[in-house]
Amino acid sequence: MEPFTTLSATALPLMRDNIDTDAIIPSREMRTVSKRGLADGLFAGWRYREIGGRDPDPGFVLNDPARKGARILIAGANFGCGSSREHAVWALAEYGIRAIIAPSFAPIFQANCVANGLVPAILPHDLVHALAAHVERHPAAVVTVDLPAREVKIDDGAHWAFEIDPEARASLIAGLDPIDRTLRAEDQIRAFREEHRRQQPWLYAPVEADAGR
Amino acid sequence: MSRTIFDKIWDSHRIASNAGGGDLILIDRILLHERTGGVALKSLAERGRRVLAPDQAFAVMDHIVDTRPGRTDRTLMPTGTDFIRATREGARAAGLRLFDLDDPAQGIVHVMSPELGLVLPGATLVCPDSHTCSQGALGALAWGIGSTEAEHALATSTLRLRRPPTMRVTVDGALAPGVTAKDLALALVGRFGVGSGKGHVVEYAGSAVRALDVESRLTLCNMATESAAFTAIIAPDEAVIDYLKGRRFAPSGEAWDRAVESWRALASDDDAVFDRELAFDAREVAPMVSWGTSPQQVVPIDGAVPEPGVGQGSDENGQRALAYMGLTPGTPLADLPIDAAFIGSCTNSRIGDLRRAAALLDGRKVAAGIKAICVPGSTQVKQQAEAEGLDKIFLSAGFEWRESGCSMCFYAGGESFAPQARVISSTNRNFESRQGPGTRTHLASPETVAASAIAGRIADPRKVA
Repeated sequence: MEPFTTLSATALPLMRDNIDTDAIIPSREMRTVSKRGLADGLFAGWRYREIGGRDPDPGFVLNDPARKGARILIAGANFGCGSSREHAVWALAEYGIRAIIAPSFAPIFQANCVANGLVPAILPHDLVHALAAHVERHPAAVVTVDLPAREVKIDDGAHWAFEIDPEARASLIAGLDPIDRTLRAEDQIRAFREEHRRQQPWLYAPVEADAGR
Repeated sequence: MSRTIFDKIWDSHRIASNAGGGDLILIDRILLHERTGGVALKSLAERGRRVLAPDQAFAVMDHIVDTRPGRTDRTLMPTGTDFIRATREGARAAGLRLFDLDDPAQGIVHVMSPELGLVLPGATLVCPDSHTCSQGALGALAWGIGSTEAEHALATSTLRLRRPPTMRVTVDGALAPGVTAKDLALALVGRFGVGSGKGHVVEYAGSAVRALDVESRLTLCNMATESAAFTAIIAPDEAVIDYLKGRRFAPSGEAWDRAVESWRALASDDDAVFDRELAFDAREVAPMVSWGTSPQQVVPIDGAVPEPGVGQGSDENGQRALAYMGLTPGTPLADLPIDAAFIGSCTNSRIGDLRRAAALLDGRKVAAGIKAICVPGSTQVKQQAEAEGLDKIFLSAGFEWRESGCSMCFYAGGESFAPQARVISSTNRNFESRQGPGTRTHLASPETVAASAIAGRIADPRKVA
C-alpha cells in the first residue's frame, strides 16, 4: 500500500449529505470480479446524461475541466452510507482521489478508505462548508492534507486540524500491509484461539462435526 | 465493574490492545456472498494467502443470482456469472463450506445464517455486507465490513478495530395491533436520523423489544446500519434459545447445555453505563412509509410529505428527494398510486413476513396494472411457505413467486422496475435508483406492501383486514 504523508492537490466539492455507496458506484457499474476498472463508473448516475451511458453531464463537478486531476473530495455528512461495497473506495482511488474531507463518514466506508490508503478526514460541518465554498469559488485552489500534522491547509494560508483515528493515521502513514502486520502475531492469535475454544467450544466443534457429514 | 453485553463479547475476543488504541479481535464466523466475497477470495489467493480457519467461514450465493424459476449460473446482470463462478471456485479452493445455488440451505446470507444456527449468542461474526447487523438479534456481535477487511479476517481470524462506543435504545410500551418491527425500525430512523447511530454498537432494550419474536428482532437490527451504527445487538433470552435449539449448526447434547448456561449470563449488567442513551415509546408507532430517498424521510401512513428541511436534513437534500420522487409537500402518502409492489430482502422475507402478507392477500387480487413480486428470503422459507400453501395465495392474488435471493431489493441481479416506477417495498433502502434506474421506492412493512398491492395505492394494512 502506498504510504500517505502529505498531499497537495485541487479538490472536488460535492456538498450533499448522505451520499451513499450506490451513488458513488452504481451496482450496474461493478462489472468485473476485480478491484480495477471502476473509475469510469464513479458517480455514474450523476456524471453522465444517460443511465449506463458515457456522455458527460457538464453540470456535474467531475466534468468541470478546471478540476481535472483533482485528488481530494469534499463532501457532506454521513458520506459513504449504505452498502458495504468496497468498490466505492476502489473507484474513488482509481479515479485518483486520496483524501476525502467530510463532517462524518459511514463506519464501513471509513474503514474501507483506510484499508486502501485513502484519508477520511473529519472536519466540523461549518469548516467543511467553508472549505467547499472556497474551492467552489476558486477551482484551481490547492488544498493540502498533511496527515502527520493532521491539518488541512489552503493556499491562502488558512489551516485547520482534522480528526482521524490514531491507528488509521499510523497505518496510512506507514503504508503497511495490514495482513502482514497482523500475522506477525500469528502465534499469539493461535494460542488465544485455543483458549477461547476451551471456554466456548460450541462456537467451534459443532461446525466441524457438521462439515464431516 | 459493570459491563454491557457488547463489553462482555468484546473482552472475551480481545487478543491484544495496540498502543494506538485499537484492539485485535478474534472473529468466530466469516460469511461471504458472491457480490463481494468472490473479490476477497480471489485477491487473497492472488497474494498467496491461506484462510486460517476455513471451517469457520461460509459462502452463499444470494446477491446477483436470478430469482426467476429455473435459474442457472446465468443472471440478468451482465458478467454476473463471473461473480458466481469466482465465488464458487474461490470457496472450493480455500476449503470453505459453500451453500451453492441448488443447496436447500441457500438463501440471503442474513436470512439463512440464523436459520442454520450459524449465528450464535456471544459470537463475533463478520460479512462484507452492511446488513450483517441483522444477526445481532441473536445476541452475537455481528457487523458489516469491506472486502479488504474480509481478506484480513479470512487470513488471520482477526480484525483490528477501535472499540466502538455504545448506545442503548430503550423501547418501552407495546406496538399497536398491525404495527410491526419494520415500522418500529423506520420510526426510529425517522425520529433520530440517519446519523444517529454514528459508529455505535446499539443495544435495543425495553419491553417492546423483549416482546418481539426472533424474526422481528432480525428485522429491527437489520435497519441499524441505516442510522450509521457500527452494529446492533439484543441480549439473548429464552426466545432466542428456543429459536436455536435443534438448528443444524447449533450445538447439541452436553455442548448445548453448556452453551445455554453461558448465553443466559449474556446480558448487560443492570448498572452498566452506555456512552449514549435514547428512549422511545412503541405506542407512538403507526405503520410507516418513506416518502424520500433516505430512510429517515419517513412518515406515519396517514401523514403527508413534509416541507423540505423539516426534520429530514437540509433543505437542499429535501428538495432533491422531492424532485426525484416526483412529490410535492403536503401530499398525503396514503392513496398515492403505485406501479409495483415488492416483498423480499434481508429485512422482510422471513416466513413470518410471508404469513402476515398472505393473510391480507388471501382471497383478494392485486390491482390491475401492478407488478407484484414476492421473493422468499431463503430456499427453506420458500419450502416452508409452499408447505403451508402460501405460494398459492400469493400466486392467485397476482404476485410472482420467486426463488430466494436479494433480487430486486437493489437490482444487482440486473432486473429492475421501470424508470420512475413507484414501488412499495419491504426492503431497507430507498436510495436513488436502488431498485433500478430512476425507480421511486417507498419503504414499508410487508403488510403495507400487500395492502397497497391490492389497492393499487399506498394503503394502510389496518384498514384492509
